[in-house]
Amino acid sequence: MSGEVNVRSAIHFASAALALAVLAFGAIQPAVAADTPDPAADAKAFRNYFTQKFPKLKLEDFVNGPYSMNEDMHRQWEEKEQFPPYDFSLDMGKEMFSKPFKNGKSYADCFPNKGIGIRQNYPYFDEKEGKVITLELALNRCREANGEPPFSYVKDEMAALTAYMAFTSRGKPFDIKIPGDPRALEAYQNGKRYFYTRRGQLNFSCATCHVQSPGERIRAEVLAPALGILNAMPIYRSEWGGMGTISRRFTTCNSQIRGVPLNPQDDEYRDLEYYLSYVSNGLPISGPGARP
Amino acid sequence: MASTIRVRAIASGETTEVQALIQHPMDSGFVKDAKGEIIPPHFIQELTFEYDGKSVFVADWGPAVSKDPYVKFSFKGGKKGDDLKISWVDNKGGTDTTTAKIQ
Amino acid sequence: MLKSIRLLALVLPIAGATSVLAAGSEADFKAAYAAAEAANKEAAALRNQWTTTAAAMAAAKKAADTGDFDEAIASSKEAEALAKASIFQATSEKEAWKALEIR
Repeated sequence: MSGEVNVRSAIHFASAALALAVLAFGAIQPAVAADTPDPAADAKAFRNYFTQKFPKLKLEDFVNGPYSMNEDMHRQWEEKEQFPPYDFSLDMGKEMFSKPFKNGKSYADCFPNKGIGIRQNYPYFDEKEGKVITLELALNRCREANGEPPFSYVKDEMAALTAYMAFTSRGKPFDIKIPGDPRALEAYQNGKRYFYTRRGQLNFSCATCHVQSPGERIRAEVLAPALGILNAMPIYRSEWGGMGTISRRFTTCNSQIRGVPLNPQDDEYRDLEYYLSYVSNGLPISGPGARP
Repeated sequence: MASTIRVRAIASGETTEVQALIQHPMDSGFVKDAKGEIIPPHFIQELTFEYDGKSVFVADWGPAVSKDPYVKFSFKGGKKGDDLKISWVDNKGGTDTTTAKIQ
Repeated sequence: MLKSIRLLALVLPIAGATSVLAAGSEADFKAAYAAAEAANKEAAALRNQWTTTAAAMAAAKKAADTGDFDEAIASSKEAEALAKASIFQATSEKEAWKALEIR
């Protein structure tokens, strides 16, 4: 019995050592990048990278993610759009949005333009609070400010509400602003750093899949490009058999690469959403969406 | 309660193409919930499309069909303005029916 | 390159040392588990824990509960190694991420 355990522990250590070695070999000594971020330049470089990688695509095609990556996927998308699986959630979202809270107020009272056609402005940097505010966060804050319990960030009601709000903004280009406040720039930079940082035992960063390998497969899934990747959110994902929000995707991506997910709407995720939305400025909101 | 069946039927020449999206949990009976207990099977067993008093498409489904199933098929015949009747029955005896006009 | 070879050299001898140990005791397990916990806590502070670390710690606890301290110690040491790797990852990625950035 103890001999068996010793072989096992040897294997465990070897695998841990291998993990370490992979990390060590993977770490490149980079040229030191400029320390002051230039978001506008970043966004331009980001867009150019993807348009050069996929020259046949129009800019707005990127919002369809994997469906724009090859002919077969594109045909599936066209079929799916005729009877989108998110229809039920969208209807529920519309109903929920117009129903008043117990105190008589409604979501319309919490948002500019009564909450209609504003999704493309989220997330934004709140200079009073000094933090990034996402749409999901704003919705739960609206509920709590009106005496209602908050929803789970990852699915069901939150997905239905954000589906409806995205739908009212369909076609409008992402219009994320970074005010002159240095904290906003820091949040942007945090988001960018999160995006490119490797994590989890599988040692992937968001970029590993969505910058280095869009259009290629991870197991059976075709990977989406990072450009426009949030434009279709929230999504009905066949893999989930249901709707999921940006929070759901961030947390599940983390656990898929064997990293313990943070809490939905933790600072890192809010900043990540800020960065990813900003570099997709100009691309149209297409949500809610459907994915394999 | 709103219908669980969304349908679009388009007549073109000699055939009519039908698409339908049905809202149903389609629980297979093999999946466990967060507490570790089996979610009991709850799935559509029979789905029928009728035109002019005859069945043009009948599906015998089981636990292998996923949630919110989508169906697409074509049948010979069908004229614009005619009725197409869709109904389903599930393993718990639940049913729903709707009638749509062929476009 | 040399740095990584030194790291490998650090981790591998521990494997050799373990194979010489006699059957572990509960005290040995508690020490090993505490070490794993401490490393995992440090990883948590860096916001970079691995799910496999948690799984190894759970396996260690489960084995200890049944009195199999050899297994529990082995799992604890694996958890500690995984946690330390996650700390190394978080630390080296502080600079390494820039290499992936689109510019």
